[in-house]
Amino acid sequence: MKLKYNNLLALGALLVLAACNNDDDATPTPVTYVQEDQMARPAINTVFVSAADKDSFNGTIPSAQGAAFATKFKDKLLALNAGYTTNLLGLNATDFTGVLATDVLSVALTGATTFYDGTNVLTGRKLNDDVITVELILLFGGPDATMNPTLTDDHVDANDKAFLTTFPYLASPH
Amino acid sequence: MKTKKINVRRSLAVLLVAGVISSATYLIAADHIDAPAVTGKASDITDFYAFESPSNSSNLVFVVNTQGLLAPTATAAKSFDSDVMLEVNIDNSSTKDNQEDLVLQVTFEDGKVQVYGPVAPIQKGLNSTLVATANKAEATVSTYAGSPMTGEANGVKIFAGPRDDPFFFDLDQYKKVIAGTATGFSNPGTDTFAGTNVMAVVIELPKSLLGTGTVNAWATSNRKN
Repeated sequence: MKLKYNNLLALGALLVLAACNNDDDATPTPVTYVQEDQMARPAINTVFVSAADKDSFNGTIPSAQGAAFATKFKDKLLALNAGYTTNLLGLNATDFTGVLATDVLSVALTGATTFYDGTNVLTGRKLNDDVITVELILLFGGPDATMNPTLTDDHVDANDKAFLTTFPYLASPH
Repeated sequence: MKTKKINVRRSLAVLLVAGVISSATYLIAADHIDAPAVTGKASDITDFYAFESPSNSSNLVFVVNTQGLLAPTATAAKSFDSDVMLEVNIDNSSTKDNQEDLVLQVTFEDGKVQVYGPVAPIQKGLNSTLVATANKAEATVSTYAGSPMTGEANGVKIFAGPRDDPFFFDLDQYKKVIAGTATGFSNPGTDTFAGTNVMAVVIELPKSLLGTGTVNAWATSNRKN
């Protein structure tokens, strides 16, 4: 159950882009759209963004979210957990909220894709990942995940319906 | 150490009570009904998933769920909005500048769903332009009672329709903790999202279309101008 912060640091790893090009021969009237909602990691807006800023956060592109919201996220973290020092990732309040304020999900294109599976950290998000318990541990559990034990697990560990093994993977509706 | 722990707990409880004034109204996780401008609309994203395909390790799956907490009796009447484009944004730059280098653009028209891409966007940022010339996979939007309808083009698969909400969380107890009326979670907890549905979009595609190594990804909903 030891988180590997190294994996977080490794997320800036190199990449080679295989660009897809499109030909602009046919030029139909372009259809344009304006962003209304944005999300990547679960529960970030809901937990860390104050009511007055909800729409503004959704209307901010990720590359601008850190500058606009990192300080507010830190205030919110300390309001939720005044005793916060560091967490299982070894991140102090400034560093932890600095990561969270830029709401993107790291996704590994090789190997395990999971929010946290005991070994891999933030390499994606699977349907059955218990993301809320992971976030509660990081918010309330302190440096070794033992603080505030009544707040670090909601004791809902799985979905109420089994997922499919084939596309589209989500269970049929209730 | 015990005294210290109690003090921590007490100060936490006090601050949790203080925190409720500003935040309790909108504490609907994961991202369900997270903001006033999109609540109740087809543009409200509830969750975003990205994982290796369980049926093909060369493929990646993106899930963008919308319109959460649908009761079974309310689900059949729900639909997607032809004025709303859902987008999966992918930053595969070496610097991870959190700007989209590739997009998957999902549109809805006449009972069908289309996914365009992955393709370099015409513009980055808050405004999006449909890349109509990109690879397009199309499927009939699935119905509440029917079997899942899927489409595929050049290895890119698409599904859209009502599904069980895969998210699970004892949200009600969390709200009590935040409100100061409970000191912690119950064991066992109660899944607030059990028995509810979402309007789901699922895309599966070859990882090779996205790059190598690690990418950053996020979902957006975008309204037609």
